[in-house]
Amino acid sequence: MAEQPHRQLILRLGLMVLGSFVFGFFALPPLYDVLCEVTGAGNNDALVNAATVVEAPDESRTITVEFVTTLASNGSFEFRPEVGEMKIHPGKLYEAQFYARNLTGHATVAQAIPDIAPGRATQYFRKTVCFCFTPQSFEKDEGRDMPVRFIVDPKLPADLDRITLAYVFYDSSQLAASTNTFN
Amino acid sequence: MQHVEAGHTGAPATDHSHHDEKPQGLKRWLFATNHKDIGTMYLVFAGIMFFVGGTMALIIRAELFQPGLQLVDPGFFNSMTTMHALVMIFGAVMPAWVGLANWMIPLQVGAPDMALPRMNNYSFWILPFAFTLLLATLFVPGGGPAGGWTLYPPLSLQTGDALPMTILAIHLMGASSIMGAINVIVTIMNMRTKSMSLLHMPLFCWTWLITAYLLIAVMPVLAGAVTMLLTDHYFGTSFFNAAGGGDPVMFQHIFWFFGHPEVYILILPAFGIVSEIIPTFSRKPLFGYDAMVYATASIAFLSFIVWAHHMFTVGMPLSGQMFFMLSTMLIAVPTGVKVFNWTATMWKGSLTFEPPMLFALAFLFLFSIGGFSGLMLAIVPADFQYHDTYFVVAHFHYVLVPGAIFGIMAGVYYWLPKWTGHMYNMTLAKWHFWLSAIFVNVLFFPQHFLGLAGMPRRIPDYATQFADWNMWSSIGAFGFGLSQLIFPYLIWKCVRGGPKATARVWESSHGLEWMLPSPAPYHTWENPPDVQFPDEPGENVMGDQPGPDTAPTHTPDGR
Repeated sequence: MAEQPHRQLILRLGLMVLGSFVFGFFALPPLYDVLCEVTGAGNNDALVNAATVVEAPDESRTITVEFVTTLASNGSFEFRPEVGEMKIHPGKLYEAQFYARNLTGHATVAQAIPDIAPGRATQYFRKTVCFCFTPQSFEKDEGRDMPVRFIVDPKLPADLDRITLAYVFYDSSQLAASTNTFN
Repeated sequence: MQHVEAGHTGAPATDHSHHDEKPQGLKRWLFATNHKDIGTMYLVFAGIMFFVGGTMALIIRAELFQPGLQLVDPGFFNSMTTMHALVMIFGAVMPAWVGLANWMIPLQVGAPDMALPRMNNYSFWILPFAFTLLLATLFVPGGGPAGGWTLYPPLSLQTGDALPMTILAIHLMGASSIMGAINVIVTIMNMRTKSMSLLHMPLFCWTWLITAYLLIAVMPVLAGAVTMLLTDHYFGTSFFNAAGGGDPVMFQHIFWFFGHPEVYILILPAFGIVSEIIPTFSRKPLFGYDAMVYATASIAFLSFIVWAHHMFTVGMPLSGQMFFMLSTMLIAVPTGVKVFNWTATMWKGSLTFEPPMLFALAFLFLFSIGGFSGLMLAIVPADFQYHDTYFVVAHFHYVLVPGAIFGIMAGVYYWLPKWTGHMYNMTLAKWHFWLSAIFVNVLFFPQHFLGLAGMPRRIPDYATQFADWNMWSSIGAFGFGLSQLIFPYLIWKCVRGGPKATARVWESSHGLEWMLPSPAPYHTWENPPDVQFPDEPGENVMGDQPGPDTAPTHTPDGR
């Protein structure tokens, strides 16, 4: 049979396979980040970086901020908010405390990953101080309060009266050795 | 008026006796390069895996027969749901399609063999190793993979020693599928007999060609996704690890970018087979051949842009939900064209109901039900209720069991006389059909009700309100499972003997494969057939001309 056309076609199909693999492995993750940035979904910057804000309290509006904590499957910690929820006014700075205790039986490092629900409230929820900005070191059996200071932008859409701030607490001792991927 | 010049081109039976020398013993199979031998091995392998996966399904249904935990522990139950899916998708349905492609595509396009016979051998013999590796996970510390076949992290990363074995098995299956796909494309593109243009090809070749491109495009994406799982678990990367800046939702996107085209990989060849069978037993040419080809191509294209409908509940922007909802609903248009064309083919035809036709008709009706529940799932607000319930289970089993599996069975019943040279036991085959068709509905239809009432999928126990329909579903499962035992028995009997099949086998069959004697000789089309095709694309090759073998063909009253 015609050997040459076979070889050409096989080569082209092989390149397609390679292209697909490169697409799946090397192009989809960065594309996903770009997509998240464009749509604002899962935007990490607002969640994990400190904001500089000016207070402009709007006393006429009251919003409930709920605190939720979740433990990841790795590591062993006690982790809970000091209060379940706070009534706050937009434009005013507040502080909430979260308590964490190391139950792993050895010194370790943990990282809290924040999330805001509903998602569209994320860009109006600013944190000036948060234990989630950096990895937290714990001595053996150490427990301590960790603060988060936050302010809700008065531009928050009028139909929102309840925001949930959720943290997942990870043992990141393995990751701490390498560079922190958050800036 | 077309005519067929098969006489001097190597097709007739008398010429073939000296070509039929085949290697003997184990070597014939281990070193097989003959497309028919490899096709047979694929089909036998798929059959074995069908029963392995079926046994797992029966373990699941036995546990769900009554509420409470009776038979197996929940961890094992979860690994059964996971393994059942992996075995059925990658072990039963996909190898069965590759087996049918191996057997039929060279016969249908007039090629002497597949384009790359040694690679063909390799792509088959990878599979037993892949599935040994996968099934062996049931015996390693931590048990088999139990996080669902979708392997979502972080749950799947908690798998024990089974994780790397499962991932490597998936790599092997992927490599095998990609090689099979390349082989199909090269065969179809380069080895068609001269006079056959692309738009003269039988639809089975068309749907397989498109399927092969889908395979090439998405199997590497799956390989990439599971490799990322592997590096996340063992090499400290954080693709899907939120603590390290990754995102577990990204896995779902990558997985379903593979997963949605994958479901069309499983169903498109069935469309092709049904498009061969319905014209034969309606004694009419296929209605709208061109439309069928273009509909298949548009389904394939759309399959790449709808993946996120599997994950509406992850919290995506409204615009994203709208896009994926509408693009998903769009698939109903080309699918509707196909269903319409099949129905129109039967319109005013002289229908007879031999086993292949029965399976094709059940396919047409029951696959459409699966398509409708798919449309319901595509609606975002409704999906929020249906997500991860038994309604989803009912939906994809309706498109896969009476869809893909019935398509395979229809194909086997259609071509079995061509392969073995014997007619099979029609009565037994009809028993197989009716038992399957009844029990598959007893098995899966109640699952719609369970899902709408809120029963979640992948659970070993459930609230007592779900007890009645689960009992019916389990009865259906055992009925369906046991009726499948008829199938290998019938095939075995047909291989061993039976009434002699004619070359054309069915009264109105058409296409190059029916110009060869039955059983098809070991080597066929060594000289490409010189066939004059009608100007109208898709008109059947043989028209009303009888095949080269003028003995009477099978007619419904058994003459």
